[in-house]
Amino acid sequence: MKRKIRSLALAAGVLSILASNVFAQEMLQIKGSDTLINLVQRLAEEYMEKNPEKYIAVTGGGSGTGIAALINGKCDIANASRLMKSKEVAQATDNGVEVNRVVIAMDGLSVITNGNSPVTQLTVDEIGKIFRGETTNWSEVGGPNMSITLYGRQSNSGTFVFFRDAILKGDYSQKMNRMNGNAQIVEAIKQDRSGIGYVGVGYVKEATGLNVLKVASRAGEVYASPLNSADVKSGKYPIARPLNQYINGTPVGAVKDFIKFELSEEGQKIVEDEGFFQIPNEYDEFNKKSGL
Amino acid sequence: MQVSIAMNKKRSWISTQLKEKLIHDFFFINGIISVIVLLGIFALLVFTSIPAFSEINIKEFLLGLEWNPTSYVKEVYGIVPMIVSTLMVALGALIIAIPLGVGTAAYLSDVARPRTREIAKPIIEILAGIPSVVIGFLGIVLVGPILAKIFGTHNGLNALNGSILLAVMALPTIISISEDALINVSDSYYKASLALGATKWQTVIKVKIPAALSGIIAACMLGMGRAIGETMTVLMATGCAPAMPESILGPVRTLTSSIAIELGEVAYNTTHYYALFALGLVLFIITFLVNMTSDIILHKYEKVNR
Repeated sequence: MKRKIRSLALAAGVLSILASNVFAQEMLQIKGSDTLINLVQRLAEEYMEKNPEKYIAVTGGGSGTGIAALINGKCDIANASRLMKSKEVAQATDNGVEVNRVVIAMDGLSVITNGNSPVTQLTVDEIGKIFRGETTNWSEVGGPNMSITLYGRQSNSGTFVFFRDAILKGDYSQKMNRMNGNAQIVEAIKQDRSGIGYVGVGYVKEATGLNVLKVASRAGEVYASPLNSADVKSGKYPIARPLNQYINGTPVGAVKDFIKFELSEEGQKIVEDEGFFQIPNEYDEFNKKSGL
Repeated sequence: MQVSIAMNKKRSWISTQLKEKLIHDFFFINGIISVIVLLGIFALLVFTSIPAFSEINIKEFLLGLEWNPTSYVKEVYGIVPMIVSTLMVALGALIIAIPLGVGTAAYLSDVARPRTREIAKPIIEILAGIPSVVIGFLGIVLVGPILAKIFGTHNGLNALNGSILLAVMALPTIISISEDALINVSDSYYKASLALGATKWQTVIKVKIPAALSGIIAACMLGMGRAIGETMTVLMATGCAPAMPESILGPVRTLTSSIAIELGEVAYNTTHYYALFALGLVLFIITFLVNMTSDIILHKYEKVNR
């Protein structure tokens, strides 16, 4: 009996030491955008390698999911490929969450078609018509006589909302396939000669079998590619967008430390490595105002 | 001495009584808990759905042909395309799974040698343990491209893909329960039929399957329940376009996938939030109707059989 008690006490002791170790580590919860997940995961890995005592968990689910988690106090940082809606900001305020935004990278949101498709450039207006379901055949935009198959994201996606608000300025065609994430759209377009879709530029950098379309803001303007970093930064590529992280209040402690790493030269190099673009100077200023 | 024995006896009698009563209560509580949980879920669904209809016209909800609660222009809540999609995928799955499932069950119970059965049955039951995400993934990378090739469509993300995957998921249930039902058919039926000169084939088709029909129908209904309620697989493999489905080779979006897609991002206590619970209520009612129909069929059959 005595021995049993002793071994129990020992086990409890070991457990409590283990537990206290786990809790001693600062645990950051990051949640949200599918576009940002690979990038932020990579940033977190590099950061944890340099700071072994820190621990960061990065999960996806879509910008909407991340923002909802921040509002409900379920995460420290919300990745978002779109801006928060005023309704969401109001909800956050109601819950005592003071919304603060940081820009960590630039994205040239890429419109893609199958590598065998002859269509390699479109205007913003043409893209809008295609995704609103007004243009339904490739022959109307200089392609073969073949119906267009649309691939987009689900409504919890920031990319879904951004693309709708910035390009469509109307509702998506009800016939658009609603895919689970960027990677699934890339896979679908690779297999479908009639397909067109939109994904973050980080997902097309190394993909083969795709056309990454050149886009002009209107007919007669120059067509620019999202793969060209200068065009994305200068805004010549018309579907460029900032990729954001939302936090509660002025960043302090572990949150601040990690975001500082993301914005550092080293962090921004990882951003380029993952196929996205470094933040331009205007957003440097913006981030400083957010307390960094 | 004698007194103490009598007291002991009395005490043990009381304790047995008490034990009996405790056990009785324990089972009663267990039985009632599932009823309470069911009623609780139903009440929750009803009460959380009701606020939705302060802003949504109920007729528009039930008969509307478009569902777009996050619209850029105007929010619309119409569930007809989703109900059609759900039924299409589930019925498709049953059409594929019932002949296959019942056939396999008949094979296992009456044709296969005992050793074959011993190997085959556990393997079939393992099929039930495959996570739905894995099946959905197979739908994207394997079934989809094959369907696209066979039918010459642009992609394989369609209702048929969903049906095939759900059929695979429903098969273990259907086979396992049907086989049990067939095996439980009294041996005297089998022998009598053979003695009357029927062949083994005729006996299985005309005697054993009808005799086991109640179990087989129950199996199929359980399979249907699984098909209607399954979420991840259909979410991944059917394209999820919210438009009214045009054919079995077009994309569909079921009730379950709509709830799964939208519940993650919806703001609490908004019309959209309540509307999603209303979708859940509709789903609940559909499965309830399926179960009730199967119950009615069963009872009718039992009466005829008597």
